[in-house]
Amino acid sequence: MSTDVELKNDELPLDSDADLGDEYLTFSLADEEYGVDILRVQELRGWEAVTRIPNSPAFVKGVLNLRGAIVPIIDLRERFNLTVSDYTETTVVIVLSVNDGRDGNERTMGVVVDSISDVVHAKLSDIQATPQFGSALDTEYISGLADANGVMLMLLNVDAMLSMNGMG
Amino acid sequence: MAIDMEQFHQVFFEESFEGLDVMETGLLNLDNGEADDEEINTIFRAAHSIKGGSGTFGFQAIADFTHIMETLLDEVRDGIRELNHSAINVLLKSVDCLRMMMTAASDGSDVNDDEVKINFDALQTILGAENTSAPVAAKTVAVAADNAAKAWKISFSPHKNFMQFGNDPIRVIRELSTLGSLSGQVDTSKVPDFSDLNPEDMFLSWDLQLKGDASKAAIDDVFAWVEDESDISVSELKSAEASVSQPVAAPVTQAAQPIEKKTTTTAAAEKKEKAAVSSSIRVGIDKIDDLINMVGELVITQSMLSMLGEDFNMSRLEKLQEGLIQLDRHTRELQESVMQIRMVPISFTFSRFPRMVRDLSEKLGKNIELVMHGENTELDKTVIEKIGDPLVHLVRNSIDHGIEMPEARIAAGKPKVGTIQLNAFHRGGNIVIEITDDGKGIDKEVIYNKGVEKGLVEAGAKLADQQIYDLLFNPGFSTATEITDVSGRGVGMDVVKKNIMSLGGAIETHSVKGQGSIFSIRLPLTLAILDGQSVAVGGDNYIIPLVSIVESVQPKKEQLNMVAGKGETYKLRDEYLPILRVCDLFNIPDAKAKKLEDGLLVVVEADGKHFGVFVDDLLGQQQVVIKSLESNYKRIEGISGATILGDGSVALILDIPGLIRMSD
Repeated sequence: MSTDVELKNDELPLDSDADLGDEYLTFSLADEEYGVDILRVQELRGWEAVTRIPNSPAFVKGVLNLRGAIVPIIDLRERFNLTVSDYTETTVVIVLSVNDGRDGNERTMGVVVDSISDVVHAKLSDIQATPQFGSALDTEYISGLADANGVMLMLLNVDAMLSMNGMG
Repeated sequence: MAIDMEQFHQVFFEESFEGLDVMETGLLNLDNGEADDEEINTIFRAAHSIKGGSGTFGFQAIADFTHIMETLLDEVRDGIRELNHSAINVLLKSVDCLRMMMTAASDGSDVNDDEVKINFDALQTILGAENTSAPVAAKTVAVAADNAAKAWKISFSPHKNFMQFGNDPIRVIRELSTLGSLSGQVDTSKVPDFSDLNPEDMFLSWDLQLKGDASKAAIDDVFAWVEDESDISVSELKSAEASVSQPVAAPVTQAAQPIEKKTTTTAAAEKKEKAAVSSSIRVGIDKIDDLINMVGELVITQSMLSMLGEDFNMSRLEKLQEGLIQLDRHTRELQESVMQIRMVPISFTFSRFPRMVRDLSEKLGKNIELVMHGENTELDKTVIEKIGDPLVHLVRNSIDHGIEMPEARIAAGKPKVGTIQLNAFHRGGNIVIEITDDGKGIDKEVIYNKGVEKGLVEAGAKLADQQIYDLLFNPGFSTATEITDVSGRGVGMDVVKKNIMSLGGAIETHSVKGQGSIFSIRLPLTLAILDGQSVAVGGDNYIIPLVSIVESVQPKKEQLNMVAGKGETYKLRDEYLPILRVCDLFNIPDAKAKKLEDGLLVVVEADGKHFGVFVDDLLGQQQVVIKSLESNYKRIEGISGATILGDGSVALILDIPGLIRMSD
């Protein structure tokens, strides 16, 4: 597997018809870089107060009115058991569409992240399978690793991430 | 003139159909002995309006038919006549017949003349039975008979110089319309291009049908002044031809007109009329007023923003933001109001059942009482329309399979009169419609065996009750030993289930053999609206459905007691109510009121019992649009849904029965 990832955002490979790859929206979370398939991203919003949902896991911050739809907001730091920090001006909510196959319907959810970084293009051949860490670390929600200008990028499996552990 | 009236036909039909519904309901009430004079008056008024309207719009047959009903009702109103059961039956059938005639008139379908005649005769028999009204009845018949015979086809084509003699065709036609009901087509084919048009010349000709008791002489009188300046032919039409108003071959005077052309235009006109018939919805004036207010607000905000935009600088940024927030809010409110217009009470669907239950129970020789609750529960119009047929099916089933014959009921130690209940209410984020009967219940064994027989279940397989009942909803599944025209063919229950599923709902069956069955239909209420009381607990607002609230009280120390040191109770007059603390059930850490005396108790009712729900504060009452929490998240115990408040924030709606379950 090739390791030198080309990440020229504005220079999409036009010749390789077999491996066009996907574009990823990248964001930072406690000094780590993550990426989500950009086609899943519905919109980006600043953090705003939400309505708490009783008896829900701590990482479910609450629900938000998104143009008439009630959308749950999940704090990804808490979801991944990273250190919790206060929300700042750069705190962003990424609104994602999720299909966890529960009833075949697309669902909309928001995830709170520290800040948005970039949009990168990664070819399929540039994505490395997630290494296994045994039982110490659950990596089910990471679909692969890619390299973005020397920084490791964890590509998130949105469907798995938002359906696990008391969410679905 | 008929052509001008066309635009009002739709309104007339709608009002008439409503009138028919009113008559039907009234008659049913009369039959149940619940009626007073006002009821008769209501029925009479409805009949009268239909008669008047149909006369005005030229549906003479309907007017005549209604007239005889009205005569009968008038006598009842004046106390000359008593309405007995059979008379009410005749009147109900007549309402059906009128409805058929009205439908025929509105969509151009065929009138079942035999049925009209049978009902007409039946009405007359009643009227004739006592001679008090014989003259009126006789006259009506005479008129009706006359009408059948007297329909005139008039072809009226003025000469080109018609108007130069000071004549006006409108005057002639207006005169004709006073003689009876006038309809017709105007032939505009001779009208030249605009550039060649001489406004003083006459290019039009008419094909008219006149229905009514006008004599030929009277018609000739109308044309007396213009016969020299026009070609006129008057001929008698057969009644069938007159009522269907089919295009007739052009008379000699109009030989120049190509026949085909006229036929096609008429056909096109008919088609157009059918297409124009669209469904409409009646909306309360207050909802419309709300909308208009909101649009007003929106316009004000818009003009404010455009003024801001004309000379904008950064110092006015705050104003701009304010304006945008307002715009956002008004738009959302407008959207919600528009949604509300689609909400109609379920009584629209329920209203058809009293008649159905009455007719069916009579036919089957059963005594059945129908009890309905929650008719004002609001549902989206599309849901209302789609849920009608499944409900009819289930009620029919209850009547046919559920309720036993009176003798069997007495033998089983039950009251002779069976009861079917229709309930509609909100529960747990859904709207539930329950059809309950106190009949013989569902025999699980029979269904199980039938399932095995049909190969739906493996012999010997253990099934839960609900699974057994679910077998009922398989296609072609019927346990009725004898097929009636009411039910028993096994067609339907699968359709019922399919229809309910297509609305995103579910159906559940509960039954106790010998005691009755309950079919409960659960429908999602994504669009439903409820009246809510908003309460504060900690930093959050919750909505309690107003229907479950009995009262709200501020508890005093002496009214509070403990059961075994744990269970808190509140003494409301003579009753000790268990207290549910929302903050404890929901683990809300920042609730302000720790001691019961510091907060408020909302006394709620669920399953016939009272509870005190402890909250920090009461806020306000408002109508809320219920949004599903499940569509993007999941069901939360104790929460039936969410709603969006005026400021755009989300508030959760408490599910009172759910809260009580949580506290158990």
